[in-house]
Amino acid sequence: VNKTVIELKVKNHPGVMSHICGLFARRAYNVGGILCLPMADNQYSQIWLQVDEQERLDQVIRQTNKLEDVVKVTCHTDVDHHVFVELERFFS
Amino acid sequence: MKTNIPPAANEHQKQERRKMKFSGAQIIVKLLERQGIKRMAGIPGGANLPIYDALYSSSIQHILTRHEQGAGFIAQGMSRVSGKASVCIACSGPGATNLVTAVTDAHMDSIPLIAITGQVSTELLGTDAFQETDTFGLMLPITKHNWMVRCAEELLWVIPEAFRIALSGRPGPVSIDVPKNVQQQIIELSEWPEPYQPKALPPPPMHEVTQMLDMLKNAKRPVLMVGGGVINANCANELVAFAELYDLPTTVSLMGLGTMPTQHPLYLGMLGMHGASSTNLVLDQCDLLIGAGVRFDDRAVGKVSEFCPQASIIHIDIDESEIGKICNPHLAICADIGSTLRACLAMESQAVVNPRWRATVCRLKANNGLNISQNEDLTQPYQLLLKVAEIVGGDINVATDVGQHQMWAAQVFPLRRPRQWISSGGLGTMGFGLPAAIGAALDQPERMALCITGDGSFLMNIQELDTAVEHNLNVKILILNNRHLGLVRQQQSLFYDGRLNATSNRRPMNFATAAAAMGAKGYDLALSDNPISLLREALKELGPCVINAPIPEQEMVFPMVAPGAANNEMILEANA
Repeated sequence: VNKTVIELKVKNHPGVMSHICGLFARRAYNVGGILCLPMADNQYSQIWLQVDEQERLDQVIRQTNKLEDVVKVTCHTDVDHHVFVELERFFS
Repeated sequence: MKTNIPPAANEHQKQERRKMKFSGAQIIVKLLERQGIKRMAGIPGGANLPIYDALYSSSIQHILTRHEQGAGFIAQGMSRVSGKASVCIACSGPGATNLVTAVTDAHMDSIPLIAITGQVSTELLGTDAFQETDTFGLMLPITKHNWMVRCAEELLWVIPEAFRIALSGRPGPVSIDVPKNVQQQIIELSEWPEPYQPKALPPPPMHEVTQMLDMLKNAKRPVLMVGGGVINANCANELVAFAELYDLPTTVSLMGLGTMPTQHPLYLGMLGMHGASSTNLVLDQCDLLIGAGVRFDDRAVGKVSEFCPQASIIHIDIDESEIGKICNPHLAICADIGSTLRACLAMESQAVVNPRWRATVCRLKANNGLNISQNEDLTQPYQLLLKVAEIVGGDINVATDVGQHQMWAAQVFPLRRPRQWISSGGLGTMGFGLPAAIGAALDQPERMALCITGDGSFLMNIQELDTAVEHNLNVKILILNNRHLGLVRQQQSLFYDGRLNATSNRRPMNFATAAAAMGAKGYDLALSDNPISLLREALKELGPCVINAPIPEQEMVFPMVAPGAANNEMILEANA
């Protein structure tokens, strides 16, 4: 399986998760995993999305970039991004 | 009365004195006034009453509609003719859900619309309170951005930010949900935030412009395809100059109608599902297509893999996410179309001519144009529309509803300028026409707002006729009445073996009488021995009037490309 991890820096306020998840749901982008935590200053949050969208990856990134609350989008194409690999021990 | 100011007052004390107290509702209204809003459409209810109380002493004219969907489309009508952001307002619960269709429609067609909704007080949120609905959740997928405002201070940046988002880049709707207690919350402030002012956008990198011009010079059969982005960028003049400079036959999407005058020699008309055969055949042969402010919608391009099969594609759009969404262009220019075209015009002044391609295009237009017969039979859709256009003259606004009448009008109604054509493109919302025409008439009272509609569409927002009568607006409603949901009937005739189902209105209603009952003038062309003179008389009315124009139910819009088929597979007549 060839999964990509998209890392987002977003404004931390109620509703931002809805905007991200809403976009992925309505455009039918495949998301495997999602992790969201506030950053140190609480003003921003960091979100990691594990997506399975090789062909539409450019579209996914451009659409995500358009969201007002998204400050920065970074795309990790290394297959086993450590965030989700390290999370695996919490799942049975 | 003068008050004595102690001479020793320091800056801090001055600052304190200048502070004034305002409620959240007063802040909303004040910021809308400062943003230049002259009128807004809506309906009051429990959860937005503080805003209506603040509107009581405001310079903003409130247009009370008969349904919130009407308010949304009236605001859209104002935006579409002016290019400015417009505001609609509704209550929580059903008020908000009734706005949803108009907001979605604005999203699909990139119309700057600000939807303000009341919400139950924050302490009641999540309790299934009376008229509580998740407006934030409802508006989320159908807006450029949306908020639920948590305290009155937030309004000070949310309102200007809403206008920035609605108007900047690719325009679109924004929704602001305001709980009642936030509207009532009193805060102190000493100065108002600056209203948002749109800024000029930079041209694309010069090497992209050069590359585009090189591709153009090497093309033998170039075509320009224009969409609503050119209207939003306010650059129709530059577009026509560019087309003339490079001798570019120009086709438009439904949203691009009006960018090039329909009488212009380079004009090809609308492309796609109901475009003229000649237009789709020209596109089939072109070797370079420049898409300016288009999103390659399926109704325009048909089967994507067979769209412009011989052409290199250049796509110019302000929205980066449109690049490569449907068509992978050979050259993508993600920039403001106006500044792109101005950069092109500045670089080149030597006019290009393509006589062989022009001759091919002329031949196709002559042999494969629309089938318009030369008579004055007003029961024929083309003849009716052309006669109306002849009577009303040039400078009116034309709003349509959705269906056959819309396609016939898009094919033949003469248009001279951008923003003259007001039509629901992406969402295809029946019921759009009348309230949109009302919005146009409110914003530009000097121009007649002609609403071309069908019997099905008109009934979907007929209640707003009462609003038009209340304000005695220059709105003329022309109903192409076939007593059917015509475009659906057409699909059942062509693609479902003529098994007509649920498309007949069975009991034809008397629209002229209905209009009279609502206080408008009503005319029925079927009842006259001289329908042309009755039509002239009706269109001379000053206030709102409804003209019922019966047409045969068998009439279909041709050509037609079946949904999902390639644009070169056109159905030209019923028995083909």
